[in-house]
Amino acid sequence: MGLFDKFAPLLKEYEQVTAAGHNPFKVNVGKVVSPTEAVVNGRPTIMAGTNNYLGLTFDPTCIDAAVDALRREGTGTTGSRVANGSYEEHRRLEQELADFFGRRSAMVFSTGHHANLGILSTLAGPHDHLVIDADSHASIYDGCKLSSAQVTRFRHNNPEDLDKRLARLARQPGEKIVVVEGIYSMLGDRAPLKEIVEVAKRHGAYVVVDEAHSLGVLGRHGRGLAEEAEVEDQVDFIVGTFSKSLGAVGGFIVSNHPEFDVLRVACRTYKFTASLPPSVMASVSAALGVLRKKPELRLRLKANSTLLYDGMRRLGYQVGPEVSPVVAVHLPNLEVAVRFWNMLLESGIYVNLAPSHATPNGVSLLRCSVCAAHSREQLERILDVFQAIGTELGLLEEPRLAVAQ
Amino acid sequence: MSGDDQEILTAIIETLGAVTQNKVPVTASTVLRQDLNLDSLAEMDLLMALEDKFDVSISINHLPEIETVGDLAAMIAKMKEG
Ligand SMILES: Cc1ncc(COP(=O)(O)O)c(C=O)c1O
Repeated sequence: MGLFDKFAPLLKEYEQVTAAGHNPFKVNVGKVVSPTEAVVNGRPTIMAGTNNYLGLTFDPTCIDAAVDALRREGTGTTGSRVANGSYEEHRRLEQELADFFGRRSAMVFSTGHHANLGILSTLAGPHDHLVIDADSHASIYDGCKLSSAQVTRFRHNNPEDLDKRLARLARQPGEKIVVVEGIYSMLGDRAPLKEIVEVAKRHGAYVVVDEAHSLGVLGRHGRGLAEEAEVEDQVDFIVGTFSKSLGAVGGFIVSNHPEFDVLRVACRTYKFTASLPPSVMASVSAALGVLRKKPELRLRLKANSTLLYDGMRRLGYQVGPEVSPVVAVHLPNLEVAVRFWNMLLESGIYVNLAPSHATPNGVSLLRCSVCAAHSREQLERILDVFQAIGTELGLLEEPRLAVAQ
Repeated sequence: MSGDDQEILTAIIETLGAVTQNKVPVTASTVLRQDLNLDSLAEMDLLMALEDKFDVSISINHLPEIETVGDLAAMIAKMKEG
């Protein structure tokens, strides 16, 4: 048995996906023109699969702040904060995050993936219990795997199921930590957070919310689902990323817990990896400032999301359960999804292909993510192309098409 | 094997029948990954269904230790004893 034999099934699926034309996992972005446009495989393309929700990647204040920090403090920190110390940008960004969320402490990580690995594997000891939504992101599963804790899944977005599982675990010793996401990355649905928090607290459990896709998107101030659901005071830890609405890279955790800071010396993904470069943190600080000063970006994102979501539905596509900047178009199978994805790319539209093994219930999705910077014309163009391809592939029923017009 | 263990085994085989649409004969020595082609998500979903069936909690971190249907039955029996 060779070292690579175990990958045979994966390779087979990969070949099936790539045989139809372009490789969805290796798209060549030649030139990035703006938050919503790039040259892909030599063709001007509307980008609608980037998680760049507020369109801040080209914001002049963010770019200026990054350039300034780059010149002042150099290209990188060349080590972890435990070894190489904390720069002004680390301290400032953590203070700003704590202020923004109205919490005592914030801790910055090199990615959101690292933040999840760090908190889940460190907080939960061998006798503790991580109780996670079954549709959790890979980084949450990885954090569970890295931990020595007992890990229980509950049915997606189902507070009664969570209740039942926590009741079962009541017979066992150890702390219980419930983990959910603000907006789920594949289908764009929100957690029923008020109900989940109520159940968790009734069982004396801690609550962690990953606001990766909801930061800057939900809540009156953009603090995410916990703000929108008015349960911030009951959420013990908020995890997030700088790689989506804030347009950069990195992750964070905020908390009110008085002993939170001990994680700086306990958390391996904080201690044993290089900290973020000053330029990245400066752009994130600036982006956080823009997010606070321009609530209109959130309103525009909401309007754009509604336009695309309603438009897809009107065309006759099955989409996720609610309007969200993640518009997940369901397709009957992987083969059709791959074909559709290729036709989109050749028409100058980029979205994410989500093969069945990466999605809840094994559906094949074309996952669109909406940006505040998308113009109405761009979104209408996306809908027109989805209509044309859907018709060509026989996915749209004629009567529905008539309604759409 | 005690009567209780046999009961657990029968229940697992029944649950698996729904997953595999009874296309593959299942016994205690059936290997979940190879013989039934279960991927990690399917394994976790099976575990969830069995947790409900037997009113127990089984950490998904135990899955790497579970290779066969028999291993799974033994794990559930152990958890039921508490
Ligand atoms: C729910 C969720 N958590 C965490 C992450 C990881 O974020 P990052 O890209 O910063 O590693 C992602 C992004 O892929 C995500 O979707």
